[in-house]
Amino acid sequence: MNTNGNLLEVKDLRTYFETEDGVVKAVDGVSFEVRQGETLGIVGESGSGKSVANLSLMRLIAEPPGKIVSGSITFRGRDILKLSPREVRAIRGKQIAMIFQDPMTSLNPFMRISKQLMEVTRLHLGHSKGEAREHAIRMLEVVGIPDAEARIDSYPHEFSGGMRQRVIIAMALSCQPELLIADEPTTALDVTIQAQILELIKRLKGETGASVILVTHDLGVVAGMTDHIIVMYAGKVFERAPTSELFGQPGNPYTRGLLRSVPDPAAEQGNLYQIPGQPPDLARLPGACPFAPRCERAEEICRREFPPFVQLTSEHSSLCHFADEVFAESQEAA
Amino acid sequence: MDNEANNLISIRDLKVHFPLAGSSWFGSSPSIVKAVDGVSLDIRAGETLGLVGESGCGKSTLGRAILRLIEPTSGQVLFRDHDLASLSNRAMREQRRHLQIIFQDPYASLNPRMTVGQIVSEPIETFRLARGDAKRRRVQELLEMVGLSARFLKRYPHEFSGGQRQRIGIARALAVDPDFIVADEPISALDVSIQAQIMNLLDRLRREKNLTYLFISHDLRAVHHVSARVAVLYLGKIVELAEAKSIYAQPLMPYTKALISAVPVPDPKVEAKRRRVVLEGDVPSPINPPRGCRFHTRCPYAIGDCSDVEPALVQIKPNHFAACIRISPDQPDIERVAPGDAPGLRARSVASIA
Repeated sequence: MNTNGNLLEVKDLRTYFETEDGVVKAVDGVSFEVRQGETLGIVGESGSGKSVANLSLMRLIAEPPGKIVSGSITFRGRDILKLSPREVRAIRGKQIAMIFQDPMTSLNPFMRISKQLMEVTRLHLGHSKGEAREHAIRMLEVVGIPDAEARIDSYPHEFSGGMRQRVIIAMALSCQPELLIADEPTTALDVTIQAQILELIKRLKGETGASVILVTHDLGVVAGMTDHIIVMYAGKVFERAPTSELFGQPGNPYTRGLLRSVPDPAAEQGNLYQIPGQPPDLARLPGACPFAPRCERAEEICRREFPPFVQLTSEHSSLCHFADEVFAESQEAA
Repeated sequence: MDNEANNLISIRDLKVHFPLAGSSWFGSSPSIVKAVDGVSLDIRAGETLGLVGESGCGKSTLGRAILRLIEPTSGQVLFRDHDLASLSNRAMREQRRHLQIIFQDPYASLNPRMTVGQIVSEPIETFRLARGDAKRRRVQELLEMVGLSARFLKRYPHEFSGGQRQRIGIARALAVDPDFIVADEPISALDVSIQAQIMNLLDRLRREKNLTYLFISHDLRAVHHVSARVAVLYLGKIVELAEAKSIYAQPLMPYTKALISAVPVPDPKVEAKRRRVVLEGDVPSPINPPRGCRFHTRCPYAIGDCSDVEPALVQIKPNHFAACIRISPDQPDIERVAPGDAPGLRARSVASIA
């Protein structure tokens, strides 16, 4: 365990992929930490590298074409990148568990729910068949599946999308992990079911004291769920801040643009703020700021030089040549 | 439902029922999915009507049944002097020029073997609207209209991002100069920063070309932003219909209340304070929908009568319709209705509805 209360510390992580178009730097020098018991939100659009970063944490990058080129991932004082595959397997699913976006494809369609749930605790906790079954039923009850004992032998297709996601959560939590990585856990679900699942994750986190990494593209979801947020774009961390500060006083033009492009029900209708242009091609990133072509704040230096990661307050940093100015503007606006 | 003469489309008691294949083999009566079950709705010329609901509520089926991409089981779709639901296939084909659709998935709705130029000119050729140079000019004009450069003409769909593909889909829909467009979840597959671009584009085109939209989405924030009025669909029936502003600020029907309260707000201060109405359970199967009010199985306000009486869509406030027996024009706020009371049952004979 680290002395500074961090459960996980990621330093200068770089995960690259070899493709026909050249090397894609999906994650390129990403650093962040997750404290004991906190929820960290990772926000980004498709191609920002948010999912690859989390797959790297679990050492789930297929190699080739992918490769973790450099960096360290320190979990409870040990660098995951230096562990043997066997040691990683012992951590994965036990101390660090993961929930994926699509509840249909993360369950085996040919296997009964009971078997899939029991597999986890038999492997990691050495449960006997009977113990594992009892534990699995209890976990289904914890995540709110009615009539768990009768339904545990169902197949995944017999459950609705929301129920399947509950099963996945039950599976992820069955060994009481210290870190839960939830990658877009509600994106495939209806908004009423999303509210149920988010409430469930919040409640279980409170009960187990686990730390959570919540990966999403939805700023609304992270607003109510997280303590800290990092915003990713083109494989880089563009901004890092405590949640209230990121929303109240963003220090990066990209974050500010994202916040403004969400329709606000309280505001008048009419033209919505839009970030112009398209996300960049990761195989052809410029040496300069990757957001510059779409940035309303960009000046000549932005198209010429890579921006510095400017520290704005003790916990708030922004990757931008004009971070201080943007931060001050946000304060005036607020 | 409303008497204004400027309705472009008037839907009357539209039903789309699907028999389930193989269900009648052993002599039992066949199961029927009632995807759309008696919808009446007017879409005014030049407006965007938002249609919201959870997956499986029938919103896409309704959109497609209006355009006869799915055959309606019964009911009418009045467009100009025609009832689209009863036109012959041949007569319907002529009307399609005026009625177009934009799909959710910009990856699946464009033919990967056709160039952008071919995709956008196909409807022009089908309806013989232009040939030769005139056609080429028209295609270029369409691409520019949706914010794509004419130098993309010879490229294939896979060379574009999701947002650009959706622009191609919009250009194709506009090629025939339609009056009415069903936009079926047009932004759901797109990134946040691109969603705003497409919403703004659709709205600009509506104003410039005097288009009318049925905007189908599960994203209430987006629907609220682009729509003049919003209809809420639950298990094949409209349960609330009102101006976008009032439906968001003062939803009347318990389902709409829950739906709106479930939308996360991108503001930590608001999120910390708000009280959510979290609905229990999933949407019931449309094969055997609950009797009475279809929402009663999940409704926190349901009383005994709710499982017996099928509520009609009634005007509760000016231009604000809701289907719930527990409220009435005199008592529109369900929170203040006496426990167990159903003022809507008494008011029923008074309120006139379509």
